[in-house]
Amino acid sequence: MGNAERPEAETVLRLSGITKRFGPLIANDAISLSLKRGEVVALLGENGAGKTTLMNILFGHYTADEGQIEVFGTALPPGDPRAALAAGIGMVHQHFTLADQMSVLENIVLGTRALWSLNLGKSAARQKIRKLATDYGLEVDPDRMITELSVGERQRVEILKALYREARILILDEPTAVLTPMETEALFATLRKLVAAGLSVIFISHKLGEVQSVSDRVVVLRGGKLAGERRTTEATRRELAELMVGGQLPVNEIGPSSPGATIFELKGVSTRTMGGAALKQVSMQLRGGEITGLAGISGNGQAALAALIAGTLEAREGDIIVHGETARHWSPRAALDKGLGRIPEDRHATGMIGDMSVSENVISEAYRSPRFSRFGFLDWKAAADFARDIIKAYDVKCPSPEARVRLLSGGNMQKLILGRALDGNPDIILASQPTRGLDVGAVAYVHARLIEARDRGAAVLLISEDLDEIQTLSDRILVIHRGQLSKPSERGELTVMELGELMAGHGLDEGVTHAA
Amino acid sequence: MRLEPRPSSSLAASILWPAGAILATIMFSSILVMIAGASPFTVFYLVFKGAAGSQFAALETLTRATPLIFTGLAVAVAFRARLWNIGAEAQLYLGAVMTVVLGTGAVTLPSAGLIPLIMIAAMLTGALTLLGPAILKTRFGVDEVVTTLLLNFIILLFVSMLLEGPLKDPTGLGWPQSKRVIAEAQLPRLIKGKRLHYGFVLAIVSAVIVWVIMKKTVLGYEMRAVGHNAEAARFAGIPVNRVIAKTALLSGGLAALAGFSEVAGLKGNLTLDLSPGYGYTGIVVAMLAMLNPLGVIAAAIFVAGIFVGADAMSRSANVPSYIAEVMVATSLLTMVAAIMLMRYRVRWR
Repeated sequence: MGNAERPEAETVLRLSGITKRFGPLIANDAISLSLKRGEVVALLGENGAGKTTLMNILFGHYTADEGQIEVFGTALPPGDPRAALAAGIGMVHQHFTLADQMSVLENIVLGTRALWSLNLGKSAARQKIRKLATDYGLEVDPDRMITELSVGERQRVEILKALYREARILILDEPTAVLTPMETEALFATLRKLVAAGLSVIFISHKLGEVQSVSDRVVVLRGGKLAGERRTTEATRRELAELMVGGQLPVNEIGPSSPGATIFELKGVSTRTMGGAALKQVSMQLRGGEITGLAGISGNGQAALAALIAGTLEAREGDIIVHGETARHWSPRAALDKGLGRIPEDRHATGMIGDMSVSENVISEAYRSPRFSRFGFLDWKAAADFARDIIKAYDVKCPSPEARVRLLSGGNMQKLILGRALDGNPDIILASQPTRGLDVGAVAYVHARLIEARDRGAAVLLISEDLDEIQTLSDRILVIHRGQLSKPSERGELTVMELGELMAGHGLDEGVTHAA
Repeated sequence: MRLEPRPSSSLAASILWPAGAILATIMFSSILVMIAGASPFTVFYLVFKGAAGSQFAALETLTRATPLIFTGLAVAVAFRARLWNIGAEAQLYLGAVMTVVLGTGAVTLPSAGLIPLIMIAAMLTGALTLLGPAILKTRFGVDEVVTTLLLNFIILLFVSMLLEGPLKDPTGLGWPQSKRVIAEAQLPRLIKGKRLHYGFVLAIVSAVIVWVIMKKTVLGYEMRAVGHNAEAARFAGIPVNRVIAKTALLSGGLAALAGFSEVAGLKGNLTLDLSPGYGYTGIVVAMLAMLNPLGVIAAAIFVAGIFVGADAMSRSANVPSYIAEVMVATSLLTMVAAIMLMRYRVRWR
């Protein structure tokens, strides 16, 4: 796509030798990159590879320690977002930067006019927005409030905001992370129209499939360095993956499942909201020896469901049934006593206590057992031994059991949580976004452990916003939308598009009444 | 300006930064001393001499440190669990009230029975005083900074009412003061004829016990976990609200011991000037000690030394003894800054 094949296409952006250090960490190491008119360049790399840092430097949020940026042939002054805007660079952040209580129009116009101008020029602005929207397939009503919009629509507003300011270079930071498959397709269609109109796009992603379907060229970053650059048409998926990881891609074999009896069940459970949709009359069953995947777009009740099962959110109505027994009182303690292993969504906020040591963290669910305490006194030696066992068995990179958890990487922290949750072979496992933000190696490791648990007969509930992950691991898939669950589907029964339909809330109605 | 966390703090840094804080305090105070028209060297020499230059001075410093150790421990324990107890002053006074209620003749027992009885009763009183705000916090989300702080004034007025009414000493010539505690209720002096009393020993023992609780016991572990990350603690099955309630009981009890020891060990009766703000100074002590129970002993002696030394200095050098409060306040600010710089590195852009 685009006109990148045309050798005469002018270079609109050139980064040369960009280096950025954060203390001892080199986030960007002499990275050079160019972008031509009408071209989509994908910036591919794992979490922490330096993609976002590089783009923040380009947009003036950070100042590079070394290197220059040239836009349309002129040097861009460093550390000045306004200069970047004026030079025609527009950025769509992963986390939107919209004022919720204002209309689409006001958000788009915000910052383009002096605050004391009496007339915001609304009708002219409205016309311009309407034209941009129809030209590029970014339909959204300029007079609606941001709070009323879906995530996909908010993203369109962000793109419109950039286009309204005459951006010629558009940077999209992980734009598909929050979208359904259909919305993703629509976004790609928009990008195609934009480059056809002569804009240039930098598309940041860690998903190979997307990179291949939307970009002309792929630039791969790894550990802050430029790992390679390929024409999209000339690179294989495997080659890109290996550039990204820097070696062989770990592969998990997942055999057929042999489901056993139902060991965990929710019956008509409703909850209050937890920064997302509340659960409404949710019923589900988890069988032993099976991974049940819960797919859904962020904010549709996954957080509430995870908190409910983990014991931190109370059910307003309905029953939690474990091993055929209705639990009278449900709490984190009760969940642990009933043999649940729980991996929380947020490692830092919920999973671990950053300022405490590895030993102190690994015993936090079991410190009352005679294994770790007697007569109210803790046995720190036993705790350190347990920590060492986990460090060894789960290959955690950490200096000692006394090390503060805050100093560990996300992957190592997650391994500690796994070690704690899977200790004693729990037969019900709640894994909420267990691989979010991890590198490929750590992801493969977490997956392997979950498969292992399934194979020994545990019932695993995998909650994830990554549809690839859900499809790879799950024996059965449930889709959550606005706090309600779809009917379960078997592995391979539904296509990505069909799952996407469910995630967007189509065809859920008949599923709700007799779900699970 | 931005703060970046340091990966780890070296031993040298954990000595140099606090040392720098003390140096900065001295330099700042020197400027004020010079403005007051005296020589900093003379003044600091006199402060030191007044605090530790003689047996009398040293004993006076330890006597003054005793209530500060108790209130410092009370604050350290509470702050560890992120229960912001600003009400040690109120708990101190109610501990003192319970001491005079039981100790002025209402109960007659030999010392070996009476003193422990009064001590436990005083601790219970202080513990229950803080339990109220703690329950309001966990049940209804009421900010304990507000409730404990305001309770200080309410309790002080309540004590004033008691001293004008039921607890008023009929032989006190109309002064708002209680009767004196009976001999069996008094804590003996450590050295005959000096003011230092067994309350100081009790304070040291309390600090060691609190240290053991924080370091070695399930309760201490729970308190630290709740203080560092309550959400993660709750997720792991730690009963957060119950831990906060237990913390309140321990903290309130410790603060009440300050009141008990001042009445039973030093003053002998209860007056409205029993505490010149020991409850509030306890916050300074706890922060200077970085919430470490054993550090509280050192911090309390340091702060008490400055107050006692400055009193002596002001008599001979003609510099107002307010300089003591400036020094204590400055040392708190510089120490907090030093602790922050130990953990974070400052980046200018």
